[in-house]
Amino acid sequence: MNNNHEKNKIIISGLSFFYGAKQALRNINLDIKENEVTALIGPSGCGKTTFLRCLNRMHDLYPESRYEGEIVLDGKNILEKDIDLIKLRSKVGMVFQKPTPFPMSVFDNIAFGLKLNGIKNRAELSARVEKALRDSALWDEIKDRLNESALSLSGGQQQRLCIARAVAVEPEVILMDEPCSALDPMATAKIEDLMTDLKKSYTVVIVTHNMQQAARVSEYTDFFMMGETLEFDRTQKIFTAPSNKMTENYITGRFG
Amino acid sequence: MEFSGRHKSARFDDALFKGVTFFFALLVVLLMVFIFIILLKESMPAIRQFGLGFLYTNEWDPVQQRFGALSAVYGTVVSSIIAIVIAVPVSLGIAVFLTEMAPKRLRVPVGTAIELLASIPSIIYGMWGLFVFAPFLAEHVEPLLIRYLGFLPLFRGTPLGIGMLPAGFILAIMIIPFISSVTRDIFLMVPPMLKESGYGMGATKWEVIKNIVIPFARSGILGAVILGLGRALGETMAVTFVIGNSHSISASLIDPATTISATLANEFTEAVEDIYLSGLVELGLLLFFITFVALALAKLMISRFSYKGERIG
Repeated sequence: MNNNHEKNKIIISGLSFFYGAKQALRNINLDIKENEVTALIGPSGCGKTTFLRCLNRMHDLYPESRYEGEIVLDGKNILEKDIDLIKLRSKVGMVFQKPTPFPMSVFDNIAFGLKLNGIKNRAELSARVEKALRDSALWDEIKDRLNESALSLSGGQQQRLCIARAVAVEPEVILMDEPCSALDPMATAKIEDLMTDLKKSYTVVIVTHNMQQAARVSEYTDFFMMGETLEFDRTQKIFTAPSNKMTENYITGRFG
Repeated sequence: MEFSGRHKSARFDDALFKGVTFFFALLVVLLMVFIFIILLKESMPAIRQFGLGFLYTNEWDPVQQRFGALSAVYGTVVSSIIAIVIAVPVSLGIAVFLTEMAPKRLRVPVGTAIELLASIPSIIYGMWGLFVFAPFLAEHVEPLLIRYLGFLPLFRGTPLGIGMLPAGFILAIMIIPFISSVTRDIFLMVPPMLKESGYGMGATKWEVIKNIVIPFARSGILGAVILGLGRALGETMAVTFVIGNSHSISASLIDPATTISATLANEFTEAVEDIYLSGLVELGLLLFFITFVALALAKLMISRFSYKGERIG
């Protein structure tokens, strides 16, 4: 047993979340391990994405959202009022369901976050952009197209660009909300490989509808149902010997 | 068989329906063609007499019956440019406020109030411009412009409160509702996920608006601006009240000037000679042409925008 490797990066305790009067999450307790991929699975509308968006407080963009409980990231409760959301979000990056390239060149897409962090030196920018693209396994494919519009890339390339963009600012946690749902199997395979690489340097939390994907990429899996977490365990355990009957029904495709 | 009978009559109904709607649609196109032909026909005497010189001479002398459109075209273009320069930043600000900043309960009332501005008849703007805004400009704004910016040829002369600059101001107020409501609708089309990706990287509201929302909406905004420009170019009553109606081209924006539509509104009743009337109609033809080009450009921009929007979607 190597307990050092199993350090908790995020400790969630008693987390509830409300859209106005509607409660979307109920008393979630969960530990997210450092440098591992944690998958969130469950039927549509069960609160996986809502949960993910609590981790970088994306809900704060919209009025009438309310949190209860604690999300402790590196010893600090990020649900406290005085948290600097800008700092939090540069520490907790996010990749979305569909590729969201900004309407600018490939280079500028990645340089965007770097510039926000005050990097202005052209040489340093170039180096960091190249590193991010290499880390996202995209450099060889598009190194000659850095000045083209990011919209000219294929869907899979766009999504990896979004990952590169998130990685470029060197966050500690990367949240992925069904990152492959708009991609074909080839592009999906590339992103899955990438996730395995990414966990060496980052803590990854991924929402997925694809059971096989969760089984392939993640070390831990959390099964969500109706805004609650029904079962959280090692992925291997969840997929081979789930302790909850509902989990078993879901992963064997009996509902959902 | 009963069935086939019903089928036949239904088919006839459809054909009739199609014919009638097609006729209505055609009517619009025909109307435009007719307007163009009539304008062209009526301006033939002036075109024959003055030729291309009509476009670049400044003389407008009903007594000598010598006419040139330059001062009116110049006034039309410059007053519209002033209006755009003022209206675009203000409208962008309004649109950003309404879509990104305003609390939900303010969005609808403020948005509606701005749209209501567009429904005020232009003669009201004209009267307000002449009786309220012009004296205000003459007493408080233009003296300051002359004192502090008088080293520029743009701001020299007598503070009358009527002239190119006041006309530009009034036009700006009139087109702000159009530009801001179209821009707001375009901002609402920016995918929320795209904005969230910006926020997700630690961008501030300002950085997201500047670097993501506005670039994404760029060509749509351009379309909205040209739509506003089209209105400003053709606006008649309000401009006629405040521009001063002087057929001279002055470098100073404070001096009186004229526009095509103001000239038409002022002088149509006086034009008893055929060539005078024909000259005025030719002015109208020019305005028709300028506005047509501006609106065609707007359509082009907006269609390019929606194509781009789909690609990101």
